[in-house]
Amino acid sequence: MQYAILCYHQEDVVGAWSKEQDDAVMAKLLVVQDKLVKQGRLGPVARLLPTTAATTLRKDSEPPLVIDGPFAETKEQLLGFYIVDCTSLDQALETARELASANPGGSYEIRPIGYFAPNGRSPTSGATP
Amino acid sequence: MTDLAWIDAALTAARPQAVAALLRYFRNLDTAEEAFQNACLRALSTWPKNGPPRDAAAWLIFVGRNAALDDVRRTKKQTPLPDDAVLSDLDDAESAVAERLDNADYRDDILRLLFICVHPDLPSTQQVAVALRIVSGLTVKQIARAFLVSESAMEQRITRAKARIADADVPFETPGAPERAERLAAVAAMVYLIFNEGYSASGETAGQRAPLCEEAIRLARLLLRLFPAEPEIMGLTALLLLQHSRSDARFDAAGQIVLLNDQDRTKWNTKQIAEGIALIDKAMRHRRPGPYQVQAAIAALHARAARPEDTDWNEIDLLYQTLERLQPSPVVTLNRAVAVSKLKGPEAALAMLEPLAARLGSYFHFHGVKGAFLQQLGRNQEAQSAFDQAIALANTAAEATHIRQHLDKLREECAKKRSS
Repeated sequence: MQYAILCYHQEDVVGAWSKEQDDAVMAKLLVVQDKLVKQGRLGPVARLLPTTAATTLRKDSEPPLVIDGPFAETKEQLLGFYIVDCTSLDQALETARELASANPGGSYEIRPIGYFAPNGRSPTSGATP
Repeated sequence: MTDLAWIDAALTAARPQAVAALLRYFRNLDTAEEAFQNACLRALSTWPKNGPPRDAAAWLIFVGRNAALDDVRRTKKQTPLPDDAVLSDLDDAESAVAERLDNADYRDDILRLLFICVHPDLPSTQQVAVALRIVSGLTVKQIARAFLVSESAMEQRITRAKARIADADVPFETPGAPERAERLAAVAAMVYLIFNEGYSASGETAGQRAPLCEEAIRLARLLLRLFPAEPEIMGLTALLLLQHSRSDARFDAAGQIVLLNDQDRTKWNTKQIAEGIALIDKAMRHRRPGPYQVQAAIAALHARAARPEDTDWNEIDLLYQTLERLQPSPVVTLNRAVAVSKLKGPEAALAMLEPLAARLGSYFHFHGVKGAFLQQLGRNQEAQSAFDQAIALANTAAEATHIRQHLDKLREECAKKRSS
Protein backbone atom coordinates (compact mmCIF):
# COMPACT_ATOMS: atom_id res chain seq x y z
CA MET A 1 0.00 0.00 0.00
CA GLN A 2 1.25 3.47 -0.80
CA TYR A 3 0.53 6.30 1.60
CA ALA A 4 0.53 10.03 0.99
CA ILE A 5 1.70 12.03 3.98
CA LEU A 6 0.20 15.50 3.70
CA CYS A 7 1.86 18.30 5.64
CA TYR A 8 -0.23 20.88 7.48
CA HIS A 9 1.06 23.81 9.51
CA GLN A 10 0.37 27.52 10.04
CA GLU A 11 2.19 29.13 7.15
CA ASP A 12 2.60 32.49 8.88
CA VAL A 13 4.43 30.69 11.68
CA VAL A 14 6.62 28.71 9.28
CA GLY A 15 7.06 31.91 7.27
CA ALA A 16 8.32 33.68 10.40
CA TRP A 17 11.13 31.14 10.80
CA SER A 18 14.54 32.60 10.10
CA LYS A 19 16.53 31.10 7.23
CA GLU A 20 18.69 29.29 9.81
CA GLN A 21 15.65 27.79 11.52
CA ASP A 22 14.17 26.75 8.16
CA ASP A 23 17.48 25.21 7.02
CA ALA A 24 17.81 23.35 10.31
CA VAL A 25 14.35 21.80 9.93
CA MET A 26 15.03 20.89 6.29
CA ALA A 27 18.35 19.27 7.23
CA LYS A 28 16.66 17.12 9.87
CA LEU A 29 13.93 16.13 7.41
CA LEU A 30 16.54 15.13 4.84
CA VAL A 31 18.07 12.65 7.28
CA VAL A 32 14.71 10.90 7.55
CA GLN A 33 14.16 11.12 3.80
CA ASP A 34 17.60 9.67 3.03
CA LYS A 35 16.79 6.65 5.17
CA LEU A 36 13.55 6.13 3.21
CA VAL A 37 15.40 6.50 -0.09
CA LYS A 38 17.88 3.79 0.95
CA GLN A 39 14.96 1.51 1.76
CA GLY A 40 13.51 2.30 -1.67
CA ARG A 41 10.30 3.51 -0.11
CA LEU A 42 10.23 7.20 -0.95
CA GLY A 43 8.20 8.66 -3.83
CA PRO A 44 7.94 12.32 -4.87
CA VAL A 45 8.54 15.00 -2.24
CA ALA A 46 7.27 18.52 -2.79
CA ARG A 47 7.18 21.76 -0.86
CA LEU A 48 4.41 24.06 -2.05
CA LEU A 49 4.74 27.81 -2.40
CA PRO A 50 2.64 29.85 0.09
CA THR A 51 -1.16 29.92 -0.26
CA THR A 52 -0.85 33.56 -1.34
CA ALA A 53 0.42 32.15 -4.67
CA ALA A 54 -2.61 29.87 -5.01
CA THR A 55 -5.60 30.18 -7.35
CA THR A 56 -8.79 28.15 -6.91
CA LEU A 57 -11.10 26.81 -9.60
CA ARG A 58 -14.62 26.27 -8.26
CA LYS A 59 -16.07 23.45 -10.35
CA ASP A 60 -19.59 23.64 -8.91
CA SER A 61 -20.58 26.47 -11.24
CA GLU A 62 -20.77 26.44 -15.04
CA PRO A 63 -18.39 27.64 -16.36
CA PRO A 64 -16.06 27.00 -13.40
CA LEU A 65 -15.18 30.11 -11.40
CA VAL A 66 -11.58 31.27 -10.92
CA ILE A 67 -10.92 32.69 -7.44
CA ASP A 68 -7.66 34.19 -6.16
CA GLY A 69 -6.33 32.52 -3.07
CA PRO A 70 -6.36 29.04 -1.57
CA PHE A 71 -9.25 26.60 -1.21
CA ALA A 72 -11.03 27.75 1.93
CA GLU A 73 -14.06 25.49 2.46
CA THR A 74 -14.02 23.12 5.39
CA LYS A 75 -16.95 20.94 4.35
CA GLU A 76 -15.08 19.39 1.42
CA GLN A 77 -12.17 17.00 1.83
CA LEU A 78 -8.88 16.55 0.00
CA LEU A 79 -9.38 13.53 -2.26
CA GLY A 80 -6.36 13.56 -4.55
CA PHE A 81 -3.86 15.63 -6.44
CA TYR A 82 -2.00 15.98 -9.76
CA ILE A 83 1.45 17.33 -10.44
CA VAL A 84 1.52 18.92 -13.89
CA ASP A 85 4.30 20.75 -15.75
CA CYS A 86 2.97 24.12 -16.94
CA THR A 87 4.49 27.08 -18.74
CA SER A 88 2.16 29.53 -16.99
CA LEU A 89 -0.74 29.82 -14.60
CA ASP A 90 -3.01 30.15 -17.64
CA GLN A 91 -1.89 26.75 -18.86
CA ALA A 92 -2.39 25.29 -15.39
CA LEU A 93 -5.93 26.71 -15.32
CA GLU A 94 -6.54 25.36 -18.80
CA THR A 95 -5.53 21.89 -17.63
CA ALA A 96 -7.68 22.22 -14.50
CA ARG A 97 -10.69 23.23 -16.63
CA GLU A 98 -10.16 20.19 -18.82
CA LEU A 99 -10.14 17.98 -15.73
CA ALA A 100 -13.18 19.84 -14.40
CA SER A 101 -15.19 19.10 -17.52
CA ALA A 102 -14.51 15.41 -16.95
CA ASN A 103 -15.35 15.66 -13.26
CA PRO A 104 -17.52 18.63 -12.25
CA GLY A 105 -18.33 19.56 -8.63
CA GLY A 106 -15.96 20.55 -5.83
CA SER A 107 -12.81 22.61 -6.40
CA TYR A 108 -9.26 22.46 -7.64
CA GLU A 109 -6.68 24.50 -5.80
CA ILE A 110 -3.84 25.35 -8.16
CA ARG A 111 -0.66 25.89 -6.20
CA PRO A 112 2.85 26.38 -7.64
CA ILE A 113 5.51 24.02 -6.31
CA GLY A 114 8.66 25.54 -4.82
CA TYR A 115 10.72 22.39 -4.32
CA PHE A 116 10.24 19.06 -6.03
CA ALA A 117 12.21 15.85 -5.75
CA PRO A 118 10.59 13.30 -8.10
CA ASN A 119 12.11 10.25 -6.41
CA GLY A 120 12.89 11.81 -3.08
CA ARG A 121 16.55 12.11 -3.97
CA SER A 122 17.25 14.54 -6.81
CA PRO A 123 15.57 17.83 -6.05
CA THR A 124 14.63 20.11 -8.91
CA SER A 125 13.23 23.56 -8.54
CA GLY A 126 9.50 23.69 -9.16
CA ALA A 127 9.92 26.77 -11.31
CA THR A 128 11.23 26.76 -14.84
CA PRO A 129 12.43 30.35 -15.11
CA MET B 1 13.67 23.71 16.84
CA THR B 2 13.44 24.55 20.53
CA ASP B 3 10.11 25.33 22.14
CA LEU B 4 11.23 28.86 22.79
CA ALA B 5 12.16 29.49 19.15
CA TRP B 6 8.78 28.12 18.10
CA ILE B 7 6.96 30.33 20.59
CA ASP B 8 8.96 33.31 19.42
CA ALA B 9 8.00 32.62 15.78
CA ALA B 10 4.35 32.17 16.76
CA LEU B 11 4.31 35.45 18.70
CA THR B 12 5.95 37.30 15.80
CA ALA B 13 3.44 35.87 13.34
CA ALA B 14 0.46 36.71 15.55
CA ARG B 15 1.59 40.21 16.45
CA PRO B 16 -0.02 42.34 13.71
CA GLN B 17 -3.37 40.59 14.12
CA ALA B 18 -3.32 40.72 17.91
CA VAL B 19 -2.10 44.31 18.33
CA ALA B 20 -4.57 45.45 15.66
CA ALA B 21 -7.53 43.81 17.43
CA LEU B 22 -6.42 45.17 20.82
CA LEU B 23 -6.15 48.63 19.30
CA ARG B 24 -9.73 48.42 18.12
CA TYR B 25 -10.76 47.32 21.57
CA PHE B 26 -8.85 49.90 23.62
CA ARG B 27 -8.66 52.66 20.99
CA ASN B 28 -5.28 53.59 22.41
CA LEU B 29 -2.00 52.44 20.92
CA ASP B 30 0.04 52.38 24.14
CA THR B 31 -2.59 50.36 25.98
CA ALA B 32 -2.87 47.96 23.03
CA GLU B 33 0.90 47.46 22.86
CA GLU B 34 1.17 46.99 26.61
CA ALA B 35 -1.68 44.49 26.61
CA PHE B 36 0.07 42.54 23.86
CA GLN B 37 3.36 42.59 25.79
CA ASN B 38 1.58 41.23 28.86
CA ALA B 39 -0.06 38.51 26.81
CA CYS B 40 3.34 37.52 25.37
CA LEU B 41 4.84 37.26 28.85
CA ARG B 42 2.02 34.96 29.87
CA ALA B 43 2.44 32.94 26.69
CA LEU B 44 6.12 32.45 27.51
CA SER B 45 5.30 31.16 30.96
CA THR B 46 2.28 28.98 30.14
CA TRP B 47 2.78 27.66 26.57
CA PRO B 48 5.86 25.54 27.37
CA LYS B 49 3.87 23.83 30.17
CA ASN B 50 0.42 23.57 28.59
CA GLY B 51 1.36 23.44 24.93
CA PRO B 52 0.61 26.15 22.39
CA PRO B 53 -3.01 27.16 21.76
CA ARG B 54 -4.70 26.29 18.48
CA ASP B 55 -5.13 29.92 17.48
CA ALA B 56 -2.25 31.94 18.90
CA ALA B 57 -3.64 35.32 17.81
CA ALA B 58 -7.04 34.72 19.42
CA TRP B 59 -5.33 33.55 22.63
CA LEU B 60 -3.14 36.65 22.75
CA ILE B 61 -6.07 38.97 22.06
CA PHE B 62 -8.16 37.36 24.78
CA VAL B 63 -5.41 37.23 27.38
CA GLY B 64 -4.12 40.69 26.48
CA ARG B 65 -7.54 42.19 26.82
CA ASN B 66 -8.17 40.54 30.17
CA ALA B 67 -4.74 41.46 31.49
CA ALA B 68 -5.31 45.10 30.61
CA LEU B 69 -8.74 45.04 32.21
CA ASP B 70 -7.23 43.41 35.30
CA ASP B 71 -4.70 46.22 35.46
CA VAL B 72 -7.56 48.69 35.52
CA ARG B 73 -9.38 46.72 38.20
CA ARG B 74 -6.23 46.23 40.24
CA THR B 75 -5.53 49.92 40.41
CA LYS B 76 -9.13 50.48 41.39
CA LYS B 77 -9.76 47.71 43.90
CA GLN B 78 -6.40 46.07 44.53
CA THR B 79 -7.79 42.64 43.63
CA PRO B 80 -5.15 39.98 42.98
CA LEU B 81 -4.40 38.85 39.43
CA PRO B 82 -5.78 35.43 38.46
CA ASP B 83 -3.38 32.50 38.32
CA ASP B 84 -1.57 32.01 35.01
CA ALA B 85 -2.59 28.38 34.86
CA VAL B 86 -6.23 29.39 34.95
CA LEU B 87 -5.70 31.89 32.17
CA SER B 88 -4.20 29.32 29.86
CA ASP B 89 -7.30 27.13 30.18
CA LEU B 90 -9.20 29.18 27.68
CA ASP B 91 -10.37 26.76 25.12
CA ASP B 92 -14.02 27.79 25.04
CA ALA B 93 -13.54 31.48 25.50
CA GLU B 94 -10.76 31.40 22.93
CA SER B 95 -12.87 29.85 20.20
CA ALA B 96 -15.68 32.27 21.00
CA VAL B 97 -13.31 35.19 20.42
CA ALA B 98 -12.02 33.58 17.26
CA GLU B 99 -15.53 33.23 15.92
CA ARG B 100 -16.40 36.82 16.62
CA LEU B 101 -13.24 38.07 14.98
CA ASP B 102 -14.05 36.91 11.51
CA ASN B 103 -11.84 37.57 8.55
CA ALA B 104 -13.36 40.95 7.65
CA ASP B 105 -12.64 42.29 11.14
CA TYR B 106 -9.06 41.11 11.07
CA ARG B 107 -8.61 42.72 7.71
CA ASP B 108 -9.80 46.16 8.69
CA ASP B 109 -8.02 45.94 12.06
CA ILE B 110 -4.65 45.24 10.50
CA LEU B 111 -5.18 47.75 7.74
CA ARG B 112 -6.03 50.37 10.38
CA LEU B 113 -2.94 49.53 12.39
CA LEU B 114 -0.75 49.93 9.29
CA PHE B 115 -2.64 52.98 8.15
CA ILE B 116 -2.10 54.99 11.34
CA CYS B 117 1.64 54.60 10.69
CA VAL B 118 1.36 56.38 7.34
CA HIS B 119 0.19 59.55 9.03
CA PRO B 120 0.69 62.38 6.51
CA ASP B 121 2.41 64.62 9.09
CA LEU B 122 5.16 62.06 9.63
CA PRO B 123 8.23 62.11 7.38
CA SER B 124 8.58 58.82 5.51
CA THR B 125 11.53 57.55 7.56
CA GLN B 126 9.47 58.02 10.73
CA GLN B 127 6.51 56.23 9.18
CA VAL B 128 8.76 53.29 8.43
CA ALA B 129 10.38 53.30 11.88
CA VAL B 130 7.08 53.44 13.72
CA ALA B 131 5.54 50.70 11.53
CA LEU B 132 8.52 48.44 12.23
CA ARG B 133 8.14 49.07 15.94
CA ILE B 134 4.36 48.76 16.23
CA VAL B 135 3.36 46.34 13.49
CA SER B 136 6.45 44.18 13.11
CA GLY B 137 7.50 44.40 16.73
CA LEU B 138 11.19 44.93 15.99
CA THR B 139 13.02 46.31 19.01
CA VAL B 140 14.23 49.91 19.00
CA LYS B 141 17.75 48.49 18.99
CA GLN B 142 17.07 46.43 15.84
CA ILE B 143 15.48 49.39 14.07
CA ALA B 144 18.30 51.73 15.07
CA ARG B 145 20.81 49.23 13.70
CA ALA B 146 18.95 48.95 10.40
CA PHE B 147 18.77 52.74 10.06
CA LEU B 148 22.41 53.13 11.10
CA VAL B 149 21.59 55.56 13.91
CA SER B 150 22.10 55.36 17.66
CA GLU B 151 19.54 53.62 19.81
CA SER B 152 18.71 56.78 21.75
CA ALA B 153 18.16 58.78 18.55
CA MET B 154 15.81 56.11 17.25
CA GLU B 155 14.02 55.87 20.60
CA GLN B 156 13.40 59.61 20.44
CA ARG B 157 12.25 59.45 16.83
CA ILE B 158 9.73 56.70 17.56
CA THR B 159 8.45 58.32 20.75
CA ARG B 160 7.85 61.58 18.89
CA ALA B 161 6.16 59.81 15.99
CA LYS B 162 3.91 57.87 18.35
CA ALA B 163 2.91 61.06 20.14
CA ARG B 164 1.91 62.51 16.77
CA ILE B 165 -0.16 59.45 16.00
CA ALA B 166 -1.84 59.53 19.42
CA ASP B 167 -2.90 63.14 18.84
CA ALA B 168 -4.39 62.28 15.48
CA ASP B 169 -7.90 60.98 15.03
CA VAL B 170 -7.58 57.28 14.41
CA PRO B 171 -10.46 56.22 12.16
CA PHE B 172 -12.23 53.41 14.03
CA GLU B 173 -15.39 53.08 12.00
CA THR B 174 -15.38 50.35 9.37
CA PRO B 175 -14.07 51.92 6.14
CA GLY B 176 -16.11 52.02 2.95
CA ALA B 177 -14.74 50.53 -0.25
CA PRO B 178 -13.09 53.75 -1.58
CA GLU B 179 -11.44 54.50 1.78
CA ARG B 180 -10.28 50.93 2.06
CA ALA B 181 -8.67 51.12 -1.38
CA GLU B 182 -7.02 54.43 -0.48
CA ARG B 183 -5.66 53.04 2.79
CA LEU B 184 -4.41 49.95 1.03
CA ALA B 185 -2.52 52.05 -1.53
CA ALA B 186 -0.91 54.18 1.20
CA VAL B 187 0.07 51.11 3.20
CA ALA B 188 1.45 49.35 0.12
CA ALA B 189 3.63 52.41 -0.57
CA MET B 190 4.94 52.23 2.99
CA VAL B 191 5.78 48.54 2.67
CA TYR B 192 7.70 49.37 -0.50
CA LEU B 193 9.50 52.12 1.38
CA ILE B 194 10.51 49.70 4.15
CA PHE B 195 11.93 47.39 1.50
CA ASN B 196 13.86 50.18 -0.19
CA GLU B 197 15.38 51.25 3.13
CA GLY B 198 16.95 47.81 3.25
CA TYR B 199 17.58 47.42 -0.46
CA SER B 200 19.37 50.72 -1.05
CA ALA B 201 21.96 49.76 1.54
CA SER B 202 25.58 49.74 0.46
CA GLY B 203 27.79 46.66 0.53
CA GLU B 204 29.15 47.36 4.00
CA THR B 205 25.70 47.73 5.54
CA ALA B 206 23.68 45.32 3.39
CA GLY B 207 23.76 42.54 5.99
CA GLN B 208 22.75 44.94 8.71
CA ARG B 209 19.81 46.28 6.73
CA ALA B 210 18.60 43.05 5.13
CA PRO B 211 16.03 42.47 7.93
CA LEU B 212 14.15 45.49 6.55
CA CYS B 213 13.73 43.70 3.22
CA GLU B 214 12.58 40.52 4.93
CA GLU B 215 10.13 42.42 7.10
CA ALA B 216 8.71 44.23 4.07
CA ILE B 217 8.15 40.89 2.32
CA ARG B 218 6.38 39.56 5.41
CA LEU B 219 4.09 42.61 5.52
CA ALA B 220 3.40 42.35 1.77
CA ARG B 221 2.41 38.70 2.24
CA LEU B 222 0.18 39.73 5.14
CA LEU B 223 -1.56 42.32 2.93
CA LEU B 224 -1.94 39.75 0.17
CA ARG B 225 -3.59 37.30 2.53
CA LEU B 226 -6.03 40.03 3.58
CA PHE B 227 -6.68 41.16 0.00
CA PRO B 228 -6.13 38.02 -2.06
CA ALA B 229 -7.71 39.39 -5.26
CA GLU B 230 -5.81 42.71 -5.51
CA PRO B 231 -3.43 42.49 -8.48
CA GLU B 232 -1.30 45.40 -7.26
CA ILE B 233 -0.70 43.66 -3.93
CA MET B 234 0.30 40.51 -5.84
CA GLY B 235 2.57 42.76 -7.93
CA LEU B 236 4.10 44.39 -4.85
CA THR B 237 4.82 41.04 -3.19
CA ALA B 238 6.26 39.69 -6.45
CA LEU B 239 8.43 42.78 -6.92
CA LEU B 240 9.90 42.56 -3.42
CA LEU B 241 10.58 38.82 -3.75
CA LEU B 242 12.23 39.20 -7.16
CA GLN B 243 14.42 42.12 -6.06
CA HIS B 244 15.38 40.35 -2.84
CA SER B 245 16.23 37.14 -4.73
CA ARG B 246 19.38 38.87 -6.02
CA SER B 247 20.60 40.09 -2.64
CA ASP B 248 23.43 37.55 -2.36
CA ALA B 249 24.81 38.54 -5.77
CA ARG B 250 24.54 42.33 -5.57
CA PHE B 251 27.81 42.92 -3.74
CA ASP B 252 31.18 41.22 -4.05
CA ALA B 253 33.31 40.00 -1.14
CA ALA B 254 34.83 43.48 -0.77
CA GLY B 255 31.37 45.06 -0.53
CA GLN B 256 31.53 46.54 -4.04
CA ILE B 257 28.41 46.82 -6.20
CA VAL B 258 28.03 44.10 -8.83
CA LEU B 259 25.78 45.18 -11.70
CA LEU B 260 22.97 42.93 -12.91
CA ASN B 261 24.99 42.14 -16.04
CA ASP B 262 27.96 40.87 -14.05
CA GLN B 263 26.14 39.10 -11.22
CA ASP B 264 26.75 35.42 -10.55
CA ARG B 265 23.24 34.22 -11.37
CA THR B 266 23.75 30.93 -9.52
CA LYS B 267 23.65 33.04 -6.35
CA TRP B 268 20.11 34.19 -7.08
CA ASN B 269 17.51 32.70 -4.74
CA THR B 270 15.47 30.37 -6.98
CA LYS B 271 12.76 29.84 -4.38
CA GLN B 272 12.01 33.55 -4.19
CA ILE B 273 12.17 33.84 -7.98
CA ALA B 274 9.67 30.97 -8.36
CA GLU B 275 7.27 32.61 -5.92
CA GLY B 276 7.67 36.04 -7.52
CA ILE B 277 7.02 34.70 -11.01
CA ALA B 278 4.00 32.73 -9.80
CA LEU B 279 2.55 35.87 -8.22
CA ILE B 280 3.10 38.13 -11.22
CA ASP B 281 1.60 35.45 -13.44
CA LYS B 282 -1.44 35.46 -11.20
CA ALA B 283 -1.68 39.27 -11.15
CA MET B 284 -1.46 39.66 -14.93
CA ARG B 285 -4.57 37.54 -15.40
CA HIS B 286 -6.63 40.41 -13.97
CA ARG B 287 -5.66 42.73 -16.85
CA ARG B 288 -5.54 45.65 -14.40
CA PRO B 289 -1.91 46.74 -14.70
CA GLY B 290 -0.39 48.99 -12.06
CA PRO B 291 3.12 50.28 -11.27
CA TYR B 292 4.02 47.42 -8.91
CA GLN B 293 2.89 44.78 -11.40
CA VAL B 294 4.83 46.35 -14.26
CA GLN B 295 8.00 46.70 -12.19
CA ALA B 296 7.61 43.11 -11.01
CA ALA B 297 7.14 41.97 -14.61
CA ILE B 298 10.41 43.71 -15.54
CA ALA B 299 12.19 42.08 -12.59
CA ALA B 300 10.69 38.71 -13.65
CA LEU B 301 12.15 39.08 -17.16
CA HIS B 302 15.59 39.61 -15.66
CA ALA B 303 15.05 36.65 -13.34
CA ARG B 304 14.03 34.39 -16.21
CA ALA B 305 17.25 35.06 -18.14
CA ALA B 306 19.81 32.39 -17.28
CA ARG B 307 22.54 34.56 -18.92
CA PRO B 308 22.55 38.36 -19.40
CA GLU B 309 22.40 37.89 -23.20
CA ASP B 310 19.14 35.93 -22.83
CA THR B 311 17.39 39.01 -21.43
CA ASP B 312 14.28 40.01 -23.38
CA TRP B 313 15.13 43.73 -23.71
CA ASN B 314 12.35 44.31 -26.21
CA GLU B 315 9.71 43.26 -23.70
CA ILE B 316 11.48 45.26 -20.98
CA ASP B 317 11.39 48.36 -23.19
CA LEU B 318 7.64 47.87 -23.73
CA LEU B 319 7.06 47.43 -20.01
CA TYR B 320 9.00 50.62 -19.22
CA GLN B 321 6.81 52.42 -21.76
CA THR B 322 3.75 51.17 -19.88
CA LEU B 323 5.31 52.32 -16.61
CA GLU B 324 5.99 55.76 -18.12
CA ARG B 325 2.27 56.01 -18.87
CA LEU B 326 1.15 54.77 -15.45
CA GLN B 327 3.67 56.67 -13.39
CA PRO B 328 5.50 59.29 -15.45
CA SER B 329 8.93 59.99 -13.95
CA PRO B 330 12.32 60.90 -15.39
CA VAL B 331 13.86 58.00 -13.45
CA VAL B 332 11.61 55.56 -15.32
CA THR B 333 12.70 57.09 -18.64
CA LEU B 334 16.33 56.79 -17.52
CA ASN B 335 15.77 53.08 -16.90
CA ARG B 336 14.08 52.69 -20.26
CA ALA B 337 17.10 54.31 -21.89
CA VAL B 338 19.22 51.41 -20.62
CA ALA B 339 16.85 48.93 -22.33
CA VAL B 340 16.93 51.04 -25.51
CA SER B 341 20.75 51.05 -25.48
CA LYS B 342 20.66 47.23 -25.60
CA LEU B 343 18.12 47.25 -28.44
CA LYS B 344 19.12 50.20 -30.62
CA GLY B 345 22.58 51.10 -29.39
CA PRO B 346 24.01 53.89 -27.23
CA GLU B 347 23.31 56.74 -29.71
CA ALA B 348 19.52 56.38 -29.49
CA ALA B 349 19.72 55.88 -25.72
CA LEU B 350 21.86 58.98 -25.26
CA ALA B 351 19.30 61.06 -27.17
CA MET B 352 16.67 60.00 -24.61
CA LEU B 353 18.79 61.39 -21.76
CA GLU B 354 19.06 64.95 -23.09
CA PRO B 355 15.54 66.06 -22.08
CA LEU B 356 16.04 64.54 -18.60
CA ALA B 357 19.18 66.53 -17.78
CA ALA B 358 17.33 69.45 -16.18
CA ARG B 359 15.41 67.26 -13.76
CA LEU B 360 18.02 64.58 -13.07
CA GLY B 361 21.10 66.83 -13.00
CA SER B 362 21.79 66.04 -9.36
CA TYR B 363 21.02 62.33 -9.62
CA PHE B 364 23.98 59.99 -9.29
CA HIS B 365 22.64 57.30 -11.63
CA PHE B 366 21.87 59.79 -14.40
CA HIS B 367 25.54 60.67 -14.79
CA GLY B 368 26.68 57.08 -14.35
CA VAL B 369 24.38 55.87 -17.14
CA LYS B 370 25.25 58.83 -19.36
CA GLY B 371 28.97 58.14 -18.86
CA ALA B 372 28.48 54.50 -19.83
CA PHE B 373 26.65 55.44 -23.07
CA LEU B 374 29.31 58.01 -24.00
CA GLN B 375 32.01 55.46 -23.29
CA GLN B 376 30.33 52.94 -25.60
CA LEU B 377 30.29 55.64 -28.30
CA GLY B 378 34.00 56.22 -27.80
CA ARG B 379 33.41 59.81 -26.64
CA ASN B 380 35.88 59.26 -23.84
CA GLN B 381 36.47 62.80 -22.70
CA GLU B 382 32.75 63.46 -22.24
CA ALA B 383 32.39 60.05 -20.58
CA GLN B 384 35.09 60.98 -18.10
CA SER B 385 33.40 64.22 -17.13
CA ALA B 386 30.05 62.41 -16.69
CA PHE B 387 31.74 59.82 -14.44
CA ASP B 388 33.43 62.61 -12.48
CA GLN B 389 30.06 64.19 -11.86
CA ALA B 390 28.62 60.83 -10.80
CA ILE B 391 31.39 60.36 -8.23
CA ALA B 392 30.73 63.82 -6.84
CA LEU B 393 27.05 62.90 -6.39
CA ALA B 394 27.56 59.34 -5.08
CA ASN B 395 25.58 58.54 -1.94
CA THR B 396 27.79 55.74 -0.71
CA ALA B 397 31.43 54.80 -0.92
CA ALA B 398 30.44 51.68 -2.90
CA GLU B 399 28.73 53.81 -5.55
CA ALA B 400 31.81 56.02 -5.90
CA THR B 401 34.14 53.02 -6.12
CA HIS B 402 31.94 51.48 -8.77
CA ILE B 403 32.22 54.58 -10.97
CA ARG B 404 35.97 54.74 -10.33
CA GLN B 405 36.24 51.26 -11.82
CA HIS B 406 34.56 52.62 -14.96
CA LEU B 407 37.05 55.48 -15.04
CA ASP B 408 39.98 53.05 -14.66
CA LYS B 409 38.68 51.03 -17.60
CA LEU B 410 38.29 54.21 -19.61
CA ARG B 411 41.89 55.23 -18.92
CA GLU B 412 43.12 51.75 -19.86
CA GLU B 413 41.29 52.01 -23.18
CA CYS B 414 42.73 55.46 -23.84
CA ALA B 415 46.23 54.24 -23.05
CA LYS B 416 45.78 51.26 -25.39
CA LYS B 417 44.57 53.52 -28.18
CA ARG B 418 47.53 55.84 -27.79
CA SER B 419 50.07 53.01 -27.79
CA SER B 420 48.59 51.31 -30.86
